Amino acid sequence: MSALLRCRDLSRAFGGLLALEGLDLDVEEGGVLGLIGPNGSGKTTFFNVLTGFFPATRGEVLFAGEPITGLSPQVVYRKGVARTFQRSRLCLPLSIFDNLLIGNHKRLDHRLWSNLVDRRALRRQIEQTFAEARELVRIFDPPLADRLLEPASRIPMIDRRRIEVCRALISRPRLLLLDEPSAGMTQEETMRLMDDILQVKSRLGGLTIILIEHEMTVIERVTERCVVLNYGRKIAEGAYAEIARTPSVREAYLGLE
Amino acid sequence: MRKGLLAAAAVLAVSLALREDDFALLLLTRVLIVILACLGLNVQFGYAGVVNFAGATFFGVGGYTAAVLARSTAVPHLFILLIGGAAAALAGTILVVPVLRTRGHYAALVTIAFALLFRTFFEVNDALGGPQGLKLPELRIGPVHFNDAIEIGSFFASFYLKYIVLSLLLAALGFAFVLRLERSFIGVALDCIRLDEIAAASFGVDVARWKIVAFTLGNFLIGLAGALSAFMVGFIAPDNYSFGESLIFVSILLLGGLGNPWGLSLASAVVLLLPEKLQVIAEYRFLLFAAVVILILLFRPAGLLPRPLRRLT
Repeated sequence: MSALLRCRDLSRAFGGLLALEGLDLDVEEGGVLGLIGPNGSGKTTFFNVLTGFFPATRGEVLFAGEPITGLSPQVVYRKGVARTFQRSRLCLPLSIFDNLLIGNHKRLDHRLWSNLVDRRALRRQIEQTFAEARELVRIFDPPLADRLLEPASRIPMIDRRRIEVCRALISRPRLLLLDEPSAGMTQEETMRLMDDILQVKSRLGGLTIILIEHEMTVIERVTERCVVLNYGRKIAEGAYAEIARTPSVREAYLGLE
Repeated sequence: MRKGLLAAAAVLAVSLALREDDFALLLLTRVLIVILACLGLNVQFGYAGVVNFAGATFFGVGGYTAAVLARSTAVPHLFILLIGGAAAALAGTILVVPVLRTRGHYAALVTIAFALLFRTFFEVNDALGGPQGLKLPELRIGPVHFNDAIEIGSFFASFYLKYIVLSLLLAALGFAFVLRLERSFIGVALDCIRLDEIAAASFGVDVARWKIVAFTLGNFLIGLAGALSAFMVGFIAPDNYSFGESLIFVSILLLGGLGNPWGLSLASAVVLLLPEKLQVIAEYRFLLFAAVVILILLFRPAGLLPRPLRRLT
């Protein structure tokens, strides 16, 4: 199997602070990688460098064998990388369906002519996306699939998380980046969300996931491999059971002597 | 669509009833022209979230373009109206870089500075008539002379009725354009840009491109309205395009309900007609008017007609 994502010596500095330092990381196609580490260890910075929000100060990222270092967030998304955010970034005044349309941006026609004048293709794409959106949301929560035309502000936190994940999934990305899906949710809710994501993964086939998570039970259950970051450096890598026994990880992260 | 036709028919019916009342028809035309301009501002501010406190300036660019072309060229007047819009859109490109780089208060300041700059430019430029301004020739489209009264047999109507028909037509086209824009993928993308640029960029929305498109299309509508207004008034001067006028455009948008074309239409009528209706109380009318505006924003912060949720399906 070849690596879908390959990072070599990836680094990012903010002034004198090295938020990410010399990270080498491979993710196999179809794998689930856990990314853990204390607050400020560079996990979200890694996502932001990967998706083009922060240019890397050094190093290289290969996605499906192609360098994507230095590309804009828009281009990285078009190549098949979609993400969620630690803090919810749904457009709350818009309908749930509008939010899912944003996730599907790269598959929709945005030419002025077909949006303003000849709108047949537009209507077809709306219907198609609506059907796909219903199908996708139904996997996560069947009743929610009937509420797509309601404002996103009206649904509870757990449903907002689900919609954020659906917004990332609807364009059928090859790589899904989940930034702490458990934030603001109970452990059971997070578990259910992760199970649903894995169900979508098995349906889509070939979806690769990188998961940032503080909830160790979640990491233990869904990831095949973990990378531990501390002060921007990789300090351990392996299956959760292994790294949980590593003394440096216990010291840095689990707070155990 | 049906709502729009009904509204247009109502405007026409009212205008016909008032056909001999010059002043009433003038006011009504002004409302329609301001609606057209505010539709443009709505695309910028209401959808893309690009603030523009230079609305009156772009209105003025359209007006001055129309004046210069109508005075010194033989370009047909219908084209001059469109060129007025295009000139405003073009003038907006000067602002593109600062508009893309700044947000919120800073973006507001940039557009205010631009408005002051252009006003000074109009004032000191002798070719544009300086502070005295310019007169425009009569508007002619095909065989229609817009400043001649209408007399067909025993039917008599003020010449303003022609302006009503023309401005109603343009406002209706502007309305159809804005409604379609809102109910399209572009409308969704513009909303996302306004609400969360980072989320927009993460999902492939080209933030800079759509801001430029919204800003340019908006300025076109504002300039078009400005050109029509200049022809109707027959005279333009820098004083007509002051910062105060820009503020009125913005307040119409907020008062009506940001992002709702129906709201800004209602607010245009309120803002332009209410002070006239209050003539009887003389000087106090602006005081009362200001109080009404404050009360509306206090008790209906989303405006008179808040924007409804988009329904694409």
